Amino acid sequence: MCRLALKTANEPFSPFDVLQAMEAMQEGYDGSGLGLLLRGMEFADFKYETKNPILSGIAHTEKALHRLNTFMQDKGFDLKYDHEFDIDAASIEAKDRHKYFLRVYKLPASWSSFNEEQVESELMMTRLALRRDGESNDNDLTVFSFWPDVAMIKEVGWPLGVGEALGLDAGRIKSRICMAQGRQNTNWGINLYACHPFFIQGIGTMTNGENTAFIPIRDWLTGTHFPGYIGYQSDSEVFAHILHYVIKQLKLPLEAYKHVITPLKTEELIEHPQGEFLRGLRDVCRRLIIDGPNCVMASLPDETSMLVMDAKKLRPATIGGKPGEWAMASEMCGVDAMIPDRDRSLDFMPMREHTIIVPPDRQEFQIWSQFDQFPLPQAA
Amino acid sequence: MVSIRSVPSTPSSLTPNDLPWIIKHNENRCTLCGRCTSVCPVGAIKLNYMRKRMPRIVLSSSERGSSYKTFVGIRQRTDPAHRCIGCGTCSMVCPNEAIAPAPNANDDRFRFHTNQKGEPAKRGGRRNVPGASLLDRMIFNRISMLTDPALDAGRHEFQLNTLLGRVLPPEEYLRRKMSGEWIPPTREIFPFIIGSMSFGALSPNMWLGLLQGVAYCNEVLGIPVVMATGEGGCPPWVLKSPFLKYIILQIASGYFGWDEIIRAIPDMQCEPAAIEIKYGQGAKPGDGGLLMWFKVSKLIARLRGVPEGVDLPSPPDHQTLYSIEESVMKMIQSMSMAWDFKVPVYPKISGSTSAKAVLNNLVRNPYASGLLIDGVDGGTGAAYNVSMDAMGHPIASNVRECYLDLCAQGKQNEIPLFAAGGVGKNGNITQNGLALIMLGASGVHIGKYIMQAAAGCLGSERNRCNVCNIGLCPKGITSQNPKLYRRLDPDQVAERVAETFMSIRTEMKKILAPLGRSQSLPIGMSDAMGIEDKDVADKLKIQYVC
Ligand code: SF4
Ligand code: SF4
Repeated sequence: MCRLALKTANEPFSPFDVLQAMEAMQEGYDGSGLGLLLRGMEFADFKYETKNPILSGIAHTEKALHRLNTFMQDKGFDLKYDHEFDIDAASIEAKDRHKYFLRVYKLPASWSSFNEEQVESELMMTRLALRRDGESNDNDLTVFSFWPDVAMIKEVGWPLGVGEALGLDAGRIKSRICMAQGRQNTNWGINLYACHPFFIQGIGTMTNGENTAFIPIRDWLTGTHFPGYIGYQSDSEVFAHILHYVIKQLKLPLEAYKHVITPLKTEELIEHPQGEFLRGLRDVCRRLIIDGPNCVMASLPDETSMLVMDAKKLRPATIGGKPGEWAMASEMCGVDAMIPDRDRSLDFMPMREHTIIVPPDRQEFQIWSQFDQFPLPQAA
Repeated sequence: MVSIRSVPSTPSSLTPNDLPWIIKHNENRCTLCGRCTSVCPVGAIKLNYMRKRMPRIVLSSSERGSSYKTFVGIRQRTDPAHRCIGCGTCSMVCPNEAIAPAPNANDDRFRFHTNQKGEPAKRGGRRNVPGASLLDRMIFNRISMLTDPALDAGRHEFQLNTLLGRVLPPEEYLRRKMSGEWIPPTREIFPFIIGSMSFGALSPNMWLGLLQGVAYCNEVLGIPVVMATGEGGCPPWVLKSPFLKYIILQIASGYFGWDEIIRAIPDMQCEPAAIEIKYGQGAKPGDGGLLMWFKVSKLIARLRGVPEGVDLPSPPDHQTLYSIEESVMKMIQSMSMAWDFKVPVYPKISGSTSAKAVLNNLVRNPYASGLLIDGVDGGTGAAYNVSMDAMGHPIASNVRECYLDLCAQGKQNEIPLFAAGGVGKNGNITQNGLALIMLGASGVHIGKYIMQAAAGCLGSERNRCNVCNIGLCPKGITSQNPKLYRRLDPDQVAERVAETFMSIRTEMKKILAPLGRSQSLPIGMSDAMGIEDKDVADKLKIQYVC
């Protein structure tokens, strides 16, 4: 089983804080990997402008790095910053890591006429093109994300060890949101693309547990022919894609996510004030109903964070903190490690019907229940 | 040697050993009560006076050498019309276990003589392929207990129901909700559906028992079982009752019974579960329904609007229409309109390599609510042997190909596929049904299984009984003769229906819990399944295991 930790704070902090929470929860995983998603970036040696996209990934060979450079240049991207990790290569298990890159680019001048949706689509297509390029060259290039204000790091090994080996403890990178997952991918072969968090167009999710409904969900998402719905090296990747589908394609509010992945039962919907609409929503999104034990944590481009459980709450989680600073973790000791000086009596363990939302202002978290009224014109 | 002419021998002269079933009669136990001969549905046995010689050695010439003893014994008739069908009713009524049919271990010669008077053999029942079916051989091997806390089949809640009806793409649903447009009707039902068996093919008691059982499942057990009528309509009291919501009304090429149905529409208290338009039947593709004259009783004649005692063959297809596309479109639309677009309407076709063509046509028809494919192992009330034995397409690969086709178009949640034909034919009802569901079916229709489980149908894949066509059903299941159908107590059938569905529900949980599935029916969860046959695994795109 994997361990999850998410911290969100108004003041940027080092991802190492969250890695320490992973260490506190170490009993639950085997140290097979670490995945980090940072959002709301701050670099010690670079003044970052949030509209510029950050490319995160690994070039496994010199040749791959070269191809990457040429590709980005040809597309008209202007390299603004190339973060140099202080790497202790000896402490990293894998030996084919030529260069970890975390690079800030300026968008091509030719994109200036694009509207927001087109830019978002082009950013995704660029990431997918690079990923495909790596895949057709013996997997010598791995690209995790390409998006403004988001950086991702994934590596095999013990989380704290990986953090130290990549020099994350030096505080040169900080962020306002950090999602971390200690990966124990028991079901699939080791593959960095199978490592949480998963990312698509600014949306990141991570999960612990097993999504037993994976294949039918994957088949359905693939059938939409949306270019970003690919990969699926892990059964948990669909959580990110479903969230993307609900928010970006169906343009439903965040609260709808829970109604899609774990809809209420028919008897409950009959009683619900918008039961008829929600029953219809459940039926049309039936192939996106998840199964198995899962706790899902997510963060969105506007720095909203979210936490939901599976329909039986087979994987619990806790949220705690104080105004301006909140932490969610699959274990309470993880929350303790991230925000020790909080009022613990205000900690909350959501139930199966809850969606926890920490809005961008981070003043308080909202507990939204599936039994609540659903705020949508279609449901009226 | 006696000349052969003095022994009656015609080309079709058979001996008991040439027949599929041989009667074993034990004279020592027989009390000559005569029950067996009077109950035998086909008159295969008769009580006969027989004479036997008692040889004696005599020395004087004034006495006769032998005396004769007369006794009464059972003889098996050997003419094809009266061959024993192995039903075993005789042994059921025999107080002394003196009589029983035994399958003939040799290849019978009877099969060459079933075409007397130039009429090819017909039968009811099943296809007669004994042994494990393909579905029986599938195993569920993705056990999630190894990695996660196990689900408890007895303690946890499981969502086992399926949807019957067209489902819109999510974007379209939201758009229509916003603009207040029509949303196609759907029904949440139990994925094991009692398949279409007509009021006509089934006896009134059987039909009543099934309906009572279905109502009990819905109203007391909370299992939303529905049943389909088959061609031939529905008794008027049912049409006007609140039970109609558990019934799928079938319209087939003979349109039998539809006068009554249309007339009853204004008086209906609720809508039917769905309308099934029958284009084909797995047991006899390309053949219309057939109700043989034996079964056209007064009641049936009234319901169907025909004279009593005539054969009722339905045409192979809906003759009023020019092409299947047009036919499907027009009929779905008219049926939808008849119920104000509030009832799902779907076609039933026989398994066929052309199933995909029909499916793709339905995908483009906004009123089509699903597709039922009936595979070659499906049952029937009456068909020519050759149709039943040689025509059709196995259900597994047919439904799988259709599902994968829908997946490629991203439409697999929109048109539910239902599968039928041989589900549970060897008793493994839940395993067979779930295997089809994991291959991509939204649910399965069961006919023969429910007749066997709920009413004790004697039919077997070794051609036991299977005389459903001639109205002589020894259990009273498929007979319109009150003397026969009174044998069947509707209350007991209802009880068995309830028991059957309770047990299917429990077995479903027993399969789904180890797979870690409880939130929705695992439609298309093909990763959960394997089969010890590489070719089948490749064809169905599931795992090969050994
Ligand atoms: S088994 Fe059935 S058909 Fe055969 S003799 Fe007995 S009652 Fe008649
Ligand atoms: S018992 Fe009745 S229904 Fe069953 S095979 Fe025999 S005739 Fe047909």
